[in-house]
Amino acid sequence: MKIVACIKQVPGTSQVEIDETTGSLKRDGVPAKINPYDLYALEIALQLKERFGGTVTAVTMGPNQAEVMMREAFMMGVDNAYVFTDRTFAGADVLATSYTLAQGIKSVCGDFDLIVCGKQTTDGDTAQVGPSISEWLQIPCTAWVTEIGEVEDGKITVAQDFVDVRQKARLTMPCLITVEKDICTPRLPSYKLKAASADKKVEMITFAEFLDQDSSHYGSNGSATSVERIFPPEGRGGQQWMTKDMDTTAEEMAGIFIGRKYI
Amino acid sequence: MNAYHKLTKEDVEYLKSITAPERVYFEEEIEYDYHHDEMPDFGTFPPEVVVLALSTEEVSAVMKYAWENNIPVTPRGAGTGLAGGCVPLYGGILLSLEKMNKILEWNLDNMTVVVEPGVLVMELANAAIEQGVFYPPEPGEKTASIGGNVMTNAGGMKAVGYGVTRSYVVDMEAVMPDGSVMQFGSNVVKNTSGYDVKDLIIGSEGTLCIATKLRMRVITQPKYSNTLLVPYGSLEECLGTVPKFIRSDLNPAAIEYMPHSLIEEAAKYLNKIMPHRTANSYLILMFDGQTEEDVERRCDEAAKICLESGAEDVFLCNTDERKDAVWTVRGSALEALKASSPDMDECDIVVPRNRIVDFSHFADQLMEKYGIRISIQGHAGDGNMHIQLMKDDMDKELFLKRGPLLMNELYEKAKELDGQVSGEHGIGHARVEALENHMGDRMITLYRAIKNAFDEKNILNPGKIIRLK
Repeated sequence: MKIVACIKQVPGTSQVEIDETTGSLKRDGVPAKINPYDLYALEIALQLKERFGGTVTAVTMGPNQAEVMMREAFMMGVDNAYVFTDRTFAGADVLATSYTLAQGIKSVCGDFDLIVCGKQTTDGDTAQVGPSISEWLQIPCTAWVTEIGEVEDGKITVAQDFVDVRQKARLTMPCLITVEKDICTPRLPSYKLKAASADKKVEMITFAEFLDQDSSHYGSNGSATSVERIFPPEGRGGQQWMTKDMDTTAEEMAGIFIGRKYI
Repeated sequence: MNAYHKLTKEDVEYLKSITAPERVYFEEEIEYDYHHDEMPDFGTFPPEVVVLALSTEEVSAVMKYAWENNIPVTPRGAGTGLAGGCVPLYGGILLSLEKMNKILEWNLDNMTVVVEPGVLVMELANAAIEQGVFYPPEPGEKTASIGGNVMTNAGGMKAVGYGVTRSYVVDMEAVMPDGSVMQFGSNVVKNTSGYDVKDLIIGSEGTLCIATKLRMRVITQPKYSNTLLVPYGSLEECLGTVPKFIRSDLNPAAIEYMPHSLIEEAAKYLNKIMPHRTANSYLILMFDGQTEEDVERRCDEAAKICLESGAEDVFLCNTDERKDAVWTVRGSALEALKASSPDMDECDIVVPRNRIVDFSHFADQLMEKYGIRISIQGHAGDGNMHIQLMKDDMDKELFLKRGPLLMNELYEKAKELDGQVSGEHGIGHARVEALENHMGDRMITLYRAIKNAFDEKNILNPGKIIRLK
């Protein structure tokens, strides 16, 4: 089974400043990590490889620093790692990001059976890139997968849990899934694999190696949207409404007073 | 020892008059929580009256009255102890300091903070972070009070790298059993002025005086921290690695040990899943530092030591999510064990760090001899193991008969290995006999003389640490 896992490097803390002119996150000097949701995608990809054999290829779009994240992906057991990196790709929204990833996968990953993405990222938070990749590649997609079932006859069965409904779907491969948080317990990076992958190369893929050479499809040129302004939501003026029954409300209020040490 | 005075309504009225009516509970107004700590297995004891003090003056007035009327007083913080240290063995007044919970003064020029004893450890730790500094002691129970931590000289997971609570107490204001208020220690760095009574009071479990203000030391916050989860195929290889870290210059902040069984119990009873759970034994190592490069270098070297010592692998936790995944399981050990058995007994024997393997082997043998399941885990880096005897489905009477015999053998073995009865939980009333056996008559006589020097009427937390003749 040839599996592609899409991962992204995100800020390692929530204390990130925003560039007011571009609306982008200021990433310089901020510690970075693998998007926590993508760890579930990597784990599912690696578990499928353990069950059925094959390879796991990690791909990402981002700056050169993403190599650090890819080395960590090697430490988790990934076989190949590609970073799609070029000035042409900068300033991409969901549309252009998903197009770049789809083109990158088409250009360098060859045939694949399955693409696994995390549910969303902790910085962009759109949860749209995964399904959008499947649209560009014209392959079936199921989002928010909570369980992987049978894989047979070129098809994969997955389940989604909604509030009061559980939906099972059988997808013809190649296909794409995005996986929910807590579908599994992500493995930790291994020092043994670090040693074993020391000679492995993280492939840096630039625009020149892409099949579609029309630069207007990428980066800010290829984006349909742009961020006007990012701002924290306004506070609610310190008001707190309590609408439960009297006993519960009294208890909650006491809890707040004790918590703030008024009593 | 004269019989203690039993409290009357008049006594209660007086206590209300020197504190406040709404902070004095009598008879059926007293909640059951005040009868025990986190180990009700060691017995529950109802106080005659509970007083929630708000100030040094109130504590002093209560003690003065108790002294004059020969009433036993049991000071209590958050009640999270594990040795029955804060339970009122002889009834009397339970003097709770839980409402004295203010952080009074930060002084970052001296890197100190003055707190009331009822401030919780996690509150102080969080407040320190807000100030950009670090209060390192981190006992498993983060809702414990600072007063309780000081009085038991609490340790916790980071004691390997940062030391125990004692290292962070600068000075204290305390109320003596007769109600007088004294100052112990001083806000200076060096001090050779007389006996160091402050260090005697730390760990005295509220038997000598009641701390009402504590000046605690804080340190620079480490900017980076990584954790390593290290699986081993055998206990010997696992614990055998520990002395290699002690010898090294890697200075780990924490070296914890968890057996496979405990990791499975955390998963089964609390749904807390360790990211790796197939190995026989695990070490959990923490490395703190000021630069990422330094922390990474020490982790790399630590990984090398572990692999050379037979570790199956070494796993890196370098993000909050990964660290939480591991430390949440470690932190839930006691809760998981409690959930796995209807009753248990526990101790926290400490042995020299290179003798833990011997001690664990001995405990394994006792498990077979007595037919009682024993769980051993804890602070491998300090030689301080937490040992639980699990009743499981054994007949309760049989467990109560065999358990103490088994415990005695553990204590004897600890002594043989140059260990001590308790590393951080304290003696309370639960381990008084074990302490007597361990220390011998001459030492216990000295202890009694010390107690007598502070509290000749034996009204303050009587029956804890030592029994009077």
